[in-house]
Amino acid sequence: MAARGKRAFEAVKAALPWALVALVIVLWAYDRVAAPFPYGREAGAGLWGYALEMIAFLPAMFVLVGLFDVWVPRRIVERHVGRDSGPLAIVWMVLLGTLQAGPLYGAFPVAVALWRKGTAPRNVFIYLGAFCALKIPMLTFEVAFLGWQFSLVRTAVTLPVFIFLGYLLERLLPVDVAIPDPEATLPGGTPGHESPSTAK
Amino acid sequence: MEVLLAITALAVLASLIADRRRTLAGVRRGLRMFVNLLPTLAAVLAAVSLLMAAVSPPTLEGWLGSGGTIPFVAALLVGSIALIPGFIAFPLAGVLKDNGATTAVLAAFITTLLMVGILTLPIEIRFFGRRIALWRNLLAVSGAVVVALVMAAILS
Repeated sequence: MAARGKRAFEAVKAALPWALVALVIVLWAYDRVAAPFPYGREAGAGLWGYALEMIAFLPAMFVLVGLFDVWVPRRIVERHVGRDSGPLAIVWMVLLGTLQAGPLYGAFPVAVALWRKGTAPRNVFIYLGAFCALKIPMLTFEVAFLGWQFSLVRTAVTLPVFIFLGYLLERLLPVDVAIPDPEATLPGGTPGHESPSTAK
Repeated sequence: MEVLLAITALAVLASLIADRRRTLAGVRRGLRMFVNLLPTLAAVLAAVSLLMAAVSPPTLEGWLGSGGTIPFVAALLVGSIALIPGFIAFPLAGVLKDNGATTAVLAAFITTLLMVGILTLPIEIRFFGRRIALWRNLLAVSGAVVVALVMAAILS
């Protein structure tokens, strides 16, 4: 009985993402076909924009991460940015983070790859911080709309804050803290159509 | 974007020349991670578009276009929850500034927008687990408060 309830729950959980996507499409289609419906139009345009942004660069990002995983030896990563690395590691992480572009969820696969190769948690968080807050392509936008003074001060203030937060977060976590396996499939939710695309 | 695609293509090519088997293993590993993330990603992006369609820029201007405690807290909340690409967020922040938003409010909005992702938490949890994801976002919010207050002190 409990097992059945759990299975039903897992099924709902697996279907939910696609139900949400379908809902957006239905709202959008209602605007196109039936009657003017600004909310549906906006939601559809939003999803379309996000999907394009994602399709444009996320697969490439993941392929790079996969190559990094098979080519870069763990000991090199550990020596430069591992637990015992010095302050120079911060420079590497900030450089790596600021030179990239794209939304935050594009940084997660890179961060996880770094983590699994033996990068110290503080350095992973510093990378994420730099990626979020100090991307160079984004700064040009900021200067254009908020002025160079605002951007400069924000950068100067934010940098030490997230470096400190990286160290703090590493302290808050147990030394042997583990992260989920990114290649493991979702518990209970592995639709059959997923395998052909990976097995080529 | 084109730069990333070019770099990826070059990397795959170089890797193929060096070792074909290893390249295939790496590419397959990367694509498997991507496919595993897709359902979570789809749910988050759909939820974000449903939410963002309800909150229009004029609404945000009403909430954040001034100074004081309430706009400051609103800026922290909106920035933490929303997922707005930079090319929309900065023009919006520019409009907020013209409407009379203070440095503290602008900094709180921009910093939480960039560093905190409540709507993208499901994605972050898939990658890092619940504990790390929650802690990182919690600390990022407090960091944003610090950044905003320090910036307000410097720029005014």
